[in-house]
Amino acid sequence: MGVRQFGAQVQRTEDPRILTGRGRYLDDIALPGMFEAAFVRSTEAHALIRGIDAEAARAVPGVVAVLTMDDFGAAYRDKRLPLPSPHPAIRQPITQQPLARSEVCYVGEAIALVLAETRYLAEDAAALVGVDYEPLPAVADAVGALAPDAPKVHHGAPDNLVATLAARFGDAAAAFARAPHVLRETYLQDRGGGHSLECRGVIAQHDAATGQLTLWSSTQSPYMVRRFLAQYLGREETSVRVIAPDVGGGFGPKAAVYAEEYALALAAIALGRPVKWVEDRREHFVATNQQRRQRWDMEVAADGGGRILALRGRVTHDHGAYAPYGLVLPFTSLAPLPGPYLIPNVDVTLDVAFTNATPTSPVRGAGRPNVAFALERLVDLVARELKLDRAEVRRVNLVKTFPHATGAKLPSGVAVEYDSGDYVGCLDLVLRACDYAGFAARRAAALKQGRRLGLGLASYNEDTGMGPFEGALVRVLPTGKLQVATGACAQGQGLATVLAQICADEFGVGVDDVIVEAGDTNAFPLGMSTVGSRVAVTAGSSVHLAARAVRDKAIRLAAELLECAEQDLEVDAGAVRVKGVPGKQVGLGQLAQRLAGSLGMPLPAGLAPGLEAVAYHSVSRPVYASGSNAAEVEVDAATGEVKLIRYWVAHDCGRLINPLLVEGQIVGGVAHGIGNALYETMVYDGAGQPLSTTLGEYLLPTAPELPPIEVAHLESPAPSNPLGIKGAGEGGTIPAAPTVIAAIEDALADLGVRIREYPLSPQRLIELIEPIDGAGAAPAD
Amino acid sequence: MADTRSIALTVNGRRETRTVETRMQLADFLRKTLGLTGTHVGCEHGACGACTVLLDGEAVRSCILLAVQADGAEVTTVEALAAADGALHPLQAAFRRHHALQCGFCTPGMLMTLAALLRETPQPTEAQVRDALSGNLCRCTGYQPIVAAALGAAQDLQGK
Repeated sequence: MGVRQFGAQVQRTEDPRILTGRGRYLDDIALPGMFEAAFVRSTEAHALIRGIDAEAARAVPGVVAVLTMDDFGAAYRDKRLPLPSPHPAIRQPITQQPLARSEVCYVGEAIALVLAETRYLAEDAAALVGVDYEPLPAVADAVGALAPDAPKVHHGAPDNLVATLAARFGDAAAAFARAPHVLRETYLQDRGGGHSLECRGVIAQHDAATGQLTLWSSTQSPYMVRRFLAQYLGREETSVRVIAPDVGGGFGPKAAVYAEEYALALAAIALGRPVKWVEDRREHFVATNQQRRQRWDMEVAADGGGRILALRGRVTHDHGAYAPYGLVLPFTSLAPLPGPYLIPNVDVTLDVAFTNATPTSPVRGAGRPNVAFALERLVDLVARELKLDRAEVRRVNLVKTFPHATGAKLPSGVAVEYDSGDYVGCLDLVLRACDYAGFAARRAAALKQGRRLGLGLASYNEDTGMGPFEGALVRVLPTGKLQVATGACAQGQGLATVLAQICADEFGVGVDDVIVEAGDTNAFPLGMSTVGSRVAVTAGSSVHLAARAVRDKAIRLAAELLECAEQDLEVDAGAVRVKGVPGKQVGLGQLAQRLAGSLGMPLPAGLAPGLEAVAYHSVSRPVYASGSNAAEVEVDAATGEVKLIRYWVAHDCGRLINPLLVEGQIVGGVAHGIGNALYETMVYDGAGQPLSTTLGEYLLPTAPELPPIEVAHLESPAPSNPLGIKGAGEGGTIPAAPTVIAAIEDALADLGVRIREYPLSPQRLIELIEPIDGAGAAPAD
Repeated sequence: MADTRSIALTVNGRRETRTVETRMQLADFLRKTLGLTGTHVGCEHGACGACTVLLDGEAVRSCILLAVQADGAEVTTVEALAAADGALHPLQAAFRRHHALQCGFCTPGMLMTLAALLRETPQPTEAQVRDALSGNLCRCTGYQPIVAAALGAAQDLQGK
């Protein structure tokens, strides 16, 4: 039999092309007659636009047009972008325009679009466009934005409250009233970006003869771009094709549909020539959605054994200036409650606030890392205040039997049910990996050398494989190779490889025998989006179902041709063959040719045309991945320097399709979470001016800072899909910040330092140490 | 506005003589004038390293060099790393084996940085590899498999 691909460490089919410089990213595409674009962006956090003077810019030789919202006709002049994921809870469903016409609400909001023969000329001219602003008061912080006398983020709005959401089940008030221990804490989490190495980019081409609009975009959601562009432009989806070429990283922000995509489409239609815009890093810092700034004011009720009885509190969520992703992000900041724990009573309210800052949408993990930070810090708080062991408090509270209904409901109204897992098993696995029992001795030995060590723990679970569906076509080509087309797309996860693995196993072939088409709305009719660790589950299951149907059809046809019973046949090495009779077989390619038909001849066996099948895997509930992490750090209390020594992950995402790729997702995700914990912060001044707009001011983790990261797996299959798989894209990031912060706090435990926030710079750590310690002195034995 | 100059340089073994705007970045010259799109631009301020190429054998950032600064020099890009018969360079093969690339956008810069390192330091320690990579950002991998690939490639090259 062919080597089974599912579960094997299969090297990626994508790699040879990319490694040799033959990737095809957005900026590698050049169309004949294409103009290049630069945007004029707001320098004000909040202002009315009194006028735009483009005369000097238009006079620059090589400049073709300077476009504003007044240039696309009356129908578009005040038209705002469609609101994705509408929900009754949204009070102010305000989206921006492709180009702001009368008001700007954050620094970086696009106002005008310059098109020229080269990007150099477009940028020269953009600098000459004069915008007459009437500045308005601005507010950049969410808590401030909800104060009664706060400036209004949108001129004329009644307030800045976008929505109030709640996670409420059980009876928290009663549980708090009788709880032996009640603890309170406030946690602050900061704004960061996705910072894919490739920034965004768009090419739009309009064929006036056919009316066909083609948009290439560095996006995670080509089908969403098609849907909303068609809606905005009043077109049928048949006249809009969206292609995501090789995408240089997504991490969430590229899942939203952006003003620039609409602006480029409008420009291509207006000018009748292809137009291209590639975001530069400075633009990315202000114009690409960000995430994670929240304040959590929390209370936890526990009994003397550390069992958590109830949670309650209020969360303030910084939504940025618009709602480009509806309420999806704030919902993910509540839906994970109560995490991996059995907490029967929860009452948490979340206020979504507009701010005069770059809009938000999910960044790797969405709201889940925020929830994990609050929950894990609370669990550590319970352990510390009740003088219990941190691992034991987790063990006591972790969910132990599955399926488990938490009492919570998904935003869709469906009851939350944790499908499968071994949460305690993952905890034990990571405790063994990090030699938790031996840490006290390691710490004592280090102290003798004057070094402070700390160990942090965090557990989490994660809803993955979000609905409603993805789909796939599997087709046998006349050569016998297999074609897979899907509405899911990739930004580096290795989707083509894992789908090829799943398909290949049904036919006993190798991954190189499978051609995967993804990221082109003309290749498959429907698709959702590559977000929320969902496409392995949804598209992977679809490929499995479609491939199984193709295999069954191949067997039916082969039984006819070989004149034998179906049960005597097997499929292997790309052929259907009679079991135990070497050489008696028919190749898949031959079967495909028979079902491709000959003019005038009936198809054999009354079969439907084509050796192909389409399947959609639809889900109403997510599948829950889970895990526990540990980190060991060394902290210099005099300088605030944190050195990450080692990091351990115990992770359960069901059946592993490709351990090599899963480990890649986990390790990369941990690095992202470490960036959140220690380095990444988007700084705004009080007036909404962004102060961190270069990679010198906004720090991403680099190779020397990161510790060895060791990953161990448990495999609790998901019962609700045929392959037993769960998502793996965000599980590395979700627990990383609380793990690292807990380790730092642990290293400073003797000083009584409490850490309630991230990122934690050395300067900030010193601020936390000095009021307690005076001078951040040497560790006490 | 367009101040131009004629430059002559060798790119991937090929002699190129072109007239370029003096303000043109070397990265744009490689990508747009010569069509060598394997070199990527991730930040345009010399911080991310995606645009790293070899200039007379040294790893440099082609986004903060002007094309005219490469006049007379020898430039090597990722397109020239594999052998003429298409066989992957040991670094490229090790990257694939260790899953040291995901989205692949930083990969050309990583490969060229490491190619320069391994020429200078054929048997680097892990710390030396991490130090050499300190100017190259990757958001996908957490660097760990890239470091492993570099050490693996160093061994493979030693065996040759």
